[in-house]
Amino acid sequence: MIKIENLSKVWKEFKISNINLEIIDNEYFIFLGPSGSGKTILLELIAGIWFPDSGKIYMDNKDVTKLSTENRGIGFVYQNYMLFPHKTVFENIAFGLNMRKIEKNEIQRQVEDIMNLFGISHLANRLPRNLSGGEQQRTALARALIIRPPVLLMDEPLSALDRNTREDLIQEFKHIHKKFDITIIHVTHNFDEALQLADRVAIMKKGSVSQVGDIDEVFRHPKDEFVADFVGTENIIKGFASDGNDSLTSINTGNIIIESTDKKTGDVHATIRPEDITLSTDRVPTSARNVFKGYIREIYDLGTIIKLTVDVGEPLVLILTRQSFLDLELNIGKQIYIYFKATAVNLF
Amino acid sequence: MRKFDYTTVFFAIMGSFLVLFIFIPIINLMTSSDSNTLISNLEDSQVISSIFVSVYSALFATIIALLFGVPLAYILARHDFKGKGFIEAIIDVPIVIPHTVVGIALLLIFTSTGIIGAPLSKIGLTFTDAIPGIVIAMLFVSSSFVVNSAREGFENIDPRMEKVARTLGAGTLRTFYVISLPLALRSIVVGSVMCWARAISEFGAVIILAYYPLVAPTLIYQKFVNYGVDSATPVAVILISLCLAIFILVRVLMRGWRTYDKN
Repeated sequence: MIKIENLSKVWKEFKISNINLEIIDNEYFIFLGPSGSGKTILLELIAGIWFPDSGKIYMDNKDVTKLSTENRGIGFVYQNYMLFPHKTVFENIAFGLNMRKIEKNEIQRQVEDIMNLFGISHLANRLPRNLSGGEQQRTALARALIIRPPVLLMDEPLSALDRNTREDLIQEFKHIHKKFDITIIHVTHNFDEALQLADRVAIMKKGSVSQVGDIDEVFRHPKDEFVADFVGTENIIKGFASDGNDSLTSINTGNIIIESTDKKTGDVHATIRPEDITLSTDRVPTSARNVFKGYIREIYDLGTIIKLTVDVGEPLVLILTRQSFLDLELNIGKQIYIYFKATAVNLF
Repeated sequence: MRKFDYTTVFFAIMGSFLVLFIFIPIINLMTSSDSNTLISNLEDSQVISSIFVSVYSALFATIIALLFGVPLAYILARHDFKGKGFIEAIIDVPIVIPHTVVGIALLLIFTSTGIIGAPLSKIGLTFTDAIPGIVIAMLFVSSSFVVNSAREGFENIDPRMEKVARTLGAGTLRTFYVISLPLALRSIVVGSVMCWARAISEFGAVIILAYYPLVAPTLIYQKFVNYGVDSATPVAVILISLCLAIFILVRVLMRGWRTYDKN
């Protein structure tokens, strides 16, 4: 378990202010935030590359705040892999074992094993400059994992890769996470990575943590406008909340009244994820508490999915598959009905 | 055929002036002595010993520059601190000071009554009119080449590469030896060659501190003043040939040297 207590650090233009966090053993934890939010420096603080200005870091209940990097035994993988360019793939992977003065035969065996695992045995004698991005990333992973670190830190590990390689590596990460019994802390600005990989996420903003929780929790119930915006909630509506019927909250936006299961009163923001809104051309019976009539204002063709802006008194964004879009014969100005459940309305 | 616009043509004509200005005198000098004179000069023990003193002292100055310059270069490449600009300025100062002035400045300190010369003369190390004097004069004017070039080499290494090495269990000094130094080695060697070449060519500071033993540039000057240009030219040809040969050799070796600067 990693425990971070009141951690603060200022370095050049980067800042970490008063972070408190616990990361559980074998958890896949993702720090999500825009660039400049201090994610990398936070990882480097956990790795011991920097020492904090104040605060403490505990690993397995031991205070490691002042322990130097080389004695922490934490694996680290950077965005641009940072393979040693003057060493072959084999030598790169063997580096950590060489530092530990392990016997030559044993190094040979372990490096071969891990190269097999990552499917890079054929690259053993190549220099990093002759590898593709995916191959470099696998080498970097093998190099970090061969020392059997209890914790693996990854800084934007997928950002420099093309989409197919990224998908492959996401599966690889899941596999590693299981196989190595390891705590993974992964930093990214890409929400999709978090969706696919994270057990929990922390949303970072300007050096502090805005929200921590299960990925679903953060996704469905963003705590503030920044988080909502960052996780791609398109529908954020301001309104005034008061107690409504059936112990629901009713939010008056000035134009429409929305019902939510969240308990809040006063001025609020309501968020509804586009995929939680359904649409039909004729009114159909539904259990959804929120039903509005409106018309289509804009249509964006995103390839396999279609994004619509509908006007029901408030503009709302929703998405359809291409097939349902075609089946419904929709066009701009067409009258439609939309439905969403009270549980889909998040308030903050 | 590629077409060039007028600006390119004009700039190329302007630019070729400098190239020719440097190239023509060197070629002219190298072809100005006949082989018999050259051979007789090569058999002259005074000529040979002066060239030997030059090469040897310059090599020594380069080694000292490396020993102290590489750590300094690494600090300058990796750390920001108060007064860094001042240190950078000091390293570059020898480039702008007239070399006779350097000679005077060093003489005041390293003479047998100077603040450094006095204690060192007690243990038998004298600088005036001695090899150590030549070495320190050379060191003063040439060490910035090592520092600046090595620094550039270190700056081209992503610090994150060093951080990764540390997470894998290498201490900071170990990381320097197995990662930073090998990757910056090319720049360090380039800097050393420049340093060595600059040291050999030093004249102003050397004659003030140590006219004797004669270094090659001093011998050329002495021959010119005493016997005229015809006497000085063959020695100049020998010296420039040696320098160019080493310069070309190093260039050729460098071309084969893999660069890791940009991963």
